[in-house]
Amino acid sequence: MGVIHIDSDILIIGGGAAGCFAAVDIYKKSPNCRVVVMEKAHIERSGCLAMGLNAINAYLHPGQTPESHVSYVEREFEGVIRKDLVHSIAQRLNEVVKDVEDMGLPIEKNEDGTYTRRGKRSIRIFGERLKPILAEAVRKTPAQVLNRVVATNLIYDGRRVCGAFGYGIRDSMFYVVRAKAVIVATGGASGIYRPHNTGEARHLMWYCPWNAGTGYAMGIRIGAEMTSFENRFIALRVKDVHAPTGTIAVGARSKQINARGEDYLERYYKHLGGNKCLTQHRLFATLEETRAGRGPCYLDTTTLNEADERRLKEDFLNMNPQIILLWASDGMGPREKPVEIQGTEPFIVGGHCQAGYWIDKERRTTVKGLYAAGEVAGGAPKKYVSGSWAEARIAAAAAQEDIKEVSLKDIEGEIIQSEKTSVLGPLTKKTGVSPLEVRERFQKIMDEYAGGISMNYALHEERLLEARRLLKCLKERTKDISAVNNYNLVEALECIDRIDVARIVVEHLIYRKETRWSCYQTRLDYPEKDDSRWLTFVNSIYNPNTDEIKMVERALDS
Amino acid sequence: MSIFIDENICNGCKGLTEARCERICPGDLCYRTENMKAAIRDQSACWTCAACVKECPVQAIELRLPFQVCSNGASLKAQLKRDKTIWTVWDAKGRQDEFIIQARCLKGD
Repeated sequence: MGVIHIDSDILIIGGGAAGCFAAVDIYKKSPNCRVVVMEKAHIERSGCLAMGLNAINAYLHPGQTPESHVSYVEREFEGVIRKDLVHSIAQRLNEVVKDVEDMGLPIEKNEDGTYTRRGKRSIRIFGERLKPILAEAVRKTPAQVLNRVVATNLIYDGRRVCGAFGYGIRDSMFYVVRAKAVIVATGGASGIYRPHNTGEARHLMWYCPWNAGTGYAMGIRIGAEMTSFENRFIALRVKDVHAPTGTIAVGARSKQINARGEDYLERYYKHLGGNKCLTQHRLFATLEETRAGRGPCYLDTTTLNEADERRLKEDFLNMNPQIILLWASDGMGPREKPVEIQGTEPFIVGGHCQAGYWIDKERRTTVKGLYAAGEVAGGAPKKYVSGSWAEARIAAAAAQEDIKEVSLKDIEGEIIQSEKTSVLGPLTKKTGVSPLEVRERFQKIMDEYAGGISMNYALHEERLLEARRLLKCLKERTKDISAVNNYNLVEALECIDRIDVARIVVEHLIYRKETRWSCYQTRLDYPEKDDSRWLTFVNSIYNPNTDEIKMVERALDS
Repeated sequence: MSIFIDENICNGCKGLTEARCERICPGDLCYRTENMKAAIRDQSACWTCAACVKECPVQAIELRLPFQVCSNGASLKAQLKRDKTIWTVWDAKGRQDEFIIQARCLKGD
């Protein structure tokens, strides 16, 4: 297998929302900066936005300020957020949305040209082609896009990140990309927990099934500090197809009702705020209803008129065409039958919740030369797509500034050879365990011992300690993974990345001895929220030499 | 089944180094057979994102749902125009519905 050497000034890993936006932004400010985008799939339709998007849920409408946005996010996350990060995102939300509109994204507007108010912080878009629009903007820059190259590890000399290794899925070449700065923007992690749907439907899930947590894992493996992996995200979604409930609840103003037709949030959960409760409590209440024998729960769409129903279907085609099939198959549309909702399996993401790299305000990670933007960046929840663009802008600006005095590092042939051997290992094994077997194993461990769906998301120490033990054993077994082709090899690499992420998740879950976030992090052995002790960040640093994970706490105003 | 590829319609994107669905699939699931027909390597790995459905220039690919969640059948096709997307939905009884949705602003809009 050959080696392809590429030199760049800034390497962006992951050509999704954040990655594409960063590439475009760098070109605007530094047209001579050599940018490389390394992308596992094809930037035209990769990552979370592959299906499209029907709303931008972080936007400041007239009367709102960055400060009011920070207060909202702080309240939603029980006081534990990085206000500096959220504020820096909020300051840029509207300008980045305008930039993407200028690239060609259609946004619904009022007659006076302002965006229509879909919800308090939300605007309605026609984003079926959002990803191709971003990709087209990248194509207009001289950035070199490496499609179908999967990042395997960061190149790190113990002092700074000097690039990344990748494997070409189509050309079977090994890529060594040197860079003065690396922006990691790979997205978060799905598939850490056993999914709701199984067998033939196993990938019918909320989050992109190919977001394997590789961006996290590469940072973990060089000892980058990670934050808030215990702040898992569990989405409340349309049953089976995981279509967004916000499209119905916010877009069509439908109420959550239980099997008796009661507005259960108002009737039983007034103490949590009723219909104005936090996002996590909408999920909590829905689970409680099921436990009380009043499920299933629904969004009451039966009050919609024909025009509303049509509009709802259009919104879903822009983001989640599966639900259209569900209605067409059932023979009953949303006007005939309310839409059943349920919680998904837990995901590890920094865009809805806040699992990710511990970063400074400029999006520098704790490792020199490495920056994080979008889902992989921690401490700033509810950033969604517009916040990811804002973060990409900040990271891109910092990286351009910081590389002025930096030169490319020589990378020893020995290091390249060693990475190549390790990455290709699974292809050389004739017998061993398959990626499928490994995946099913860790998903089972996480589901049963680390608060998955089968445990009603609940956690306690004894089970978590068993998860720790089992994952450590499983990591040992990953050296026996075998793969028969490149597709299979990528699956194998994804398994390894997910196990590295899962181990960090478990350590974080063990460490936070309170219940901070309903369902996302519910400890049966510490059921109360304890502000006197736990208004703090739980962070971790992995030591690749000893295979130990060190836990540290960081103050909220770090 | 997540996607259905109609071999009678698929023209294999002859002349291209890879078929358009093969190029676009975010999960790297589509490939071209020796007979120059598009195929999916693993239905269970499909996210049903419809990227291939939209990308196919001859509408040879239908989006469906796995039987596990959708046992009556229904299918969906898309056709991309410069500034809009035309969706056609067939329900379990074969009834057809069409949606035409704006998908991008063109310069000068």
